[in-house]
Amino acid sequence: MYPSRFKYETPSTVEEAIGLLHDGGADAKILAGGQSLIPMMKLRFAAPGTIVDINNIPGLDYMRTESDGTFRVGALVRHVDLERATELKDSQPTIAAAAHLVADPIVRTRGTFVGSLCHADPQGDWASCMVALDGSVVAQGPKGRRTIGVDEFVKGPFTTVLAPDELAVEAVVPKAQGVRSGGYLKLERRIGDFATAGVAVAIERNGDVVSRAGIGLTGVGSRTINAEEAAAAVVGQPLTPDTIERAGDLAAAISDPRSDHRGSADYKRHIVATFVTRLLTSMQPTREQSTEERVA
Amino acid sequence: MTLDEVKIGGLGASRRRVEDNRFIRGKGNYVDDVVLPGMLHMEIVRSPLAHARIKKIDISGAYKIPGVRLVMTGEMMAARNLGWMPTLSYDTQAILATDKVRFQGQEVACVIADDPYIARDGCEAIVIEYEPLQPVVNPMQAVAPDAPLIRDDKVNQTDNIVFDWEVGDVIGTDQAFAEADVVSEIDMHYPRSHPSPIEACGSIADYDRSTSKLTVYMTTQAPHIIRAAVSLVAELPEHMIRIISPDLGGGFGNKVPVYPGYVMSILASILLEQPVKWIEDKSGNLISTGFGRDVYLKGQMALRNDGKILGVRMHTDSDHGAFFADAQPSKFKIGLMHSAFACYDIPNAHLTARGYYTNKAPGGVAYRCSFRVTEAMFFQERMVQAAADDLGMDQAEFRRKNFVRDDDFPHRTPFGFLTDSGQYEKCLDVGLEAIGYDDFLKQKEEAAARGRLLGIGISTMTEPLGAGNSREYDILGIKMFDSAELRVHMTGKAILRTGAKTQGQGHETTWAQIVAHELGIPAEDVVVEEGDTDTAPFGMGTYASRSTPVAGAAVSMVSRKIRAKSRKIAAHLLEVSEEDIDWELGRFYVRSAPDRGVTIQECAMAAYSNVPDGMEPGLENNAYYDPPNLTWPFACYIATVEVDPLTGVWDVLRVVAVDDCGVRINPMIVEGQIMGGLTEAYAMANMQFITFDADGNCVGGNYMDYLLPTAWETPGFELHEVVTPCPHHPIGAKGIGECATVGGPAAFVNAVIDALKGTGVRNIDMPLLPDRVYEAVTQHHDVSGAPPVKTD
Ligand SMILES: Cc1cc2nc3c(=O)[nH]c(=O)nc-3n(C[C@H](O)[C@H](O)[C@H](O)COP(=O)(O)OP(=O)(O)OC[C@H]3O[C@@H](n4cnc5c(N)ncnc54)[C@H](O)[C@@H]3O)c2cc1C
Repeated sequence: MYPSRFKYETPSTVEEAIGLLHDGGADAKILAGGQSLIPMMKLRFAAPGTIVDINNIPGLDYMRTESDGTFRVGALVRHVDLERATELKDSQPTIAAAAHLVADPIVRTRGTFVGSLCHADPQGDWASCMVALDGSVVAQGPKGRRTIGVDEFVKGPFTTVLAPDELAVEAVVPKAQGVRSGGYLKLERRIGDFATAGVAVAIERNGDVVSRAGIGLTGVGSRTINAEEAAAAVVGQPLTPDTIERAGDLAAAISDPRSDHRGSADYKRHIVATFVTRLLTSMQPTREQSTEERVA
Repeated sequence: MTLDEVKIGGLGASRRRVEDNRFIRGKGNYVDDVVLPGMLHMEIVRSPLAHARIKKIDISGAYKIPGVRLVMTGEMMAARNLGWMPTLSYDTQAILATDKVRFQGQEVACVIADDPYIARDGCEAIVIEYEPLQPVVNPMQAVAPDAPLIRDDKVNQTDNIVFDWEVGDVIGTDQAFAEADVVSEIDMHYPRSHPSPIEACGSIADYDRSTSKLTVYMTTQAPHIIRAAVSLVAELPEHMIRIISPDLGGGFGNKVPVYPGYVMSILASILLEQPVKWIEDKSGNLISTGFGRDVYLKGQMALRNDGKILGVRMHTDSDHGAFFADAQPSKFKIGLMHSAFACYDIPNAHLTARGYYTNKAPGGVAYRCSFRVTEAMFFQERMVQAAADDLGMDQAEFRRKNFVRDDDFPHRTPFGFLTDSGQYEKCLDVGLEAIGYDDFLKQKEEAAARGRLLGIGISTMTEPLGAGNSREYDILGIKMFDSAELRVHMTGKAILRTGAKTQGQGHETTWAQIVAHELGIPAEDVVVEEGDTDTAPFGMGTYASRSTPVAGAAVSMVSRKIRAKSRKIAAHLLEVSEEDIDWELGRFYVRSAPDRGVTIQECAMAAYSNVPDGMEPGLENNAYYDPPNLTWPFACYIATVEVDPLTGVWDVLRVVAVDDCGVRINPMIVEGQIMGGLTEAYAMANMQFITFDADGNCVGGNYMDYLLPTAWETPGFELHEVVTPCPHHPIGAKGIGECATVGGPAAFVNAVIDALKGTGVRNIDMPLLPDRVYEAVTQHHDVSGAPPVKTD
């Protein structure tokens, strides 16, 4: 790997990191897991003047569920940490289902959950999960902290609302309004492939009635898609084949994929509908079926 | 006290690979590991466009960067008569583009600098102005009325056609079709695939003015051919050129051609009088170097109602990219495509082939293809399945009915090859038994009743491996034989050198096993060396599964020469006449008194200390081997799959492989070759291809787009064997290096098509990506000859 020349900094506190980012201006970049940034530097698509490596900052690798059920993921939690956290199966089923579908085992040992959100790749798997869960990102800059909903956090492909001197310190999943179920399905041509199409579903239920639902779509638009109408179609009543089918159709309708070597736009829309249907069907109370079915 | 052959590492010993000792310790010595004093680094500027006129190249920016030593452009090369070079197929190829660029990734300039970072900075500082031209990305476009002329550099070239070629009997074949009850047809595209060896290409050229000697460390599968080529291209005397091919991280045919990067590093070293290292990056390798396939295949089969095949017509349209630069025997423009249908008894066949220039990287003959036998066998087995389906016959039965029988050898194939051995029906039976054919058919029916789609695919093949003989096989007139040189030291240890070049096949292990078999010298006492043209005897190199058939045979023959001399020494030591002694593994003994004998090691010592009067001392020799025929391994591959019709995703349930490659020297290595080949077969059937968008941009220039299967997806393989020794090879061995890559793909495709039987879909082009399968299933039509993908 022969990137362009860059300065390399290893701050040991968040404040120091923010100071370095501030000094470096638009030319400075945070290095977390490096699994997106380094490939781009290798290809010289990215040529940051300063790399601010946050890996030596202690205290950013926490992952915890607060007493009220809020789930917090620090900036240095790796994909593999989420994959190995078996307790998430019950509390965060959407995240648990996606964890082993993100990239490949090698990338998962380095890449970070928060870094993936900051990278804002429309094909990133975590952003869809966070959209489905109505999650947010906590950013810290010279003027302090602010919390930004994931939907608003992502401005477009590979761009977020973060200021150049802001560091995303954690991602937050709010507590559930009822009993949470969820899942993630991803069509990939091979392990480590980005999604041809991916669907994240999270629902919360009181009794059989769905009190909240979220559906996030991966890889079928120029940004992660929040399929709000599709989600709304299943809220306020128990899941039925009719509402499920309607959710599938609405999710397909709002997706905006392009035809490429992964498949035609129509095909991808069809996959979205199929996956929404499969996921929601698996969550119907009568069926005890794994939502973690690997697809490709 | 007869030696146990397996214990001394002879034939049949699954000896651990001796080369792995250094590889697993990270002690391999690849080109990139070689560091010479004062070495500079070269990096290439490649064309971003598929077809464009070069208007201006401004290199001044590069020279402003400290540490940049030299920038070369096509113009500078042309001034030294090095703008173009001859290819291995009697064409020419640009070294650095002079007039226009003809494919994306083509070499346009290069920068030589103190380190590779600076070299890349230098490349970025070069400004090139292009005038885009209309790109041609497939054969159909190449002959469209408004197609631009790609090779306007060639004096007599007025169109984009490389060659028209035919073989077979047109009249007989027409007659067969006239008599047919049923005519079956197939129309397919075998997509472009890239061998993608783990190690990309590279070279270090070291021209020493004081000795006038040029030493080049180079990633090449054929060092001697390269020496000859460099001598001709660079006009340097051949004895002043030393090519060293050190450890290679895979080749698969990718490292046979002469690439511009090699030539540029050589010229740069001559100009700068310093060693110049060029290490290609992976993307450079994927977008610019030798690929495999990219052929449109059309076929027709004339059939009788009872299932007898009467004749075959084949037509191929092959996309060679911008230069006809791949290597195949000179006589055969479309390689050994006409080896198709060799295992079937078919009286008449005719093949027409047309090659095309396009704005894509040059190549076509790489990737375990044995000169396009991969396409031939895929064609054959897809055609055979289509025919069986059209006749409503069981696919296994249909093959059985048309196989050449065991007692029909030697057999003249429909296109004139002479096959000499095989037990085709037996291989098929072993395969059917292993997969549980009848049970699976029942299972399939039951599954269908529950709406699930199961399928079974069979592929059988025999392929011609081990070119020569030298009468028919040459590359640029150089005959395709091979050689070995064996020196037995006085303590009975030995060094063996051959003109082949291992790149993962395990020659260092298996050649020693052949010596052990012939001489009884334990394999561990034989060191094997290849790849240095100053020390190794001449050879054509390793590709097309030719090493065991040709160089391996030379190892046998040279060992036998050593044995013949040793026999004379033994007679002298035992004080009997030569006629009175017999040989058992590792030892000569007096026939009438078997206890009296001398070992091969004792003979070796005597060769240096006690030779009979009049005999030259020493115990070394060489052998050049020109094979009387190709070797004809056979295989039967069977795969079962399940297709998910809602997503188009298919999963492999089981894969059974039955390989007959004659006598197995090292069964473990043979199995490794088969598993690797099946993995590649699965890859090509499932995901792995290089395609181009409408503008000629390569989709597949990195590993996010060019999908190689990992251990995660790759199915397990169940291996079985049948042994039919090769009648003419000294130890009865046949080639095995490519069989599974060649024969495997059709098994997977046939299985998916079988699962879709009843939908009306007869063909889906590889790779059978989920979207293609879904499209075929929902729209009930073939997905054939798929046009380049859109990327908007
Ligand atoms: C082979 C391969 C396959 C992959 N497949 C997938 C896949 O299938 N699905 C998927 O979702 N992802 C995939 N990825 C991407 C992977 O998940 C990355 O790890 C992830 O996108 C980025 O996380 P990172 O920690 O590696 O970030 P980095 O590469 O370190 O950074 C990425 C970007 O985010 C910024 N950034 C990182 N952390 C912060 C922070 N705390 N605050 C502010 N900015 C920050 C960086 O400055 C940079 O611009 C793949 C990557 C590879 C190499």
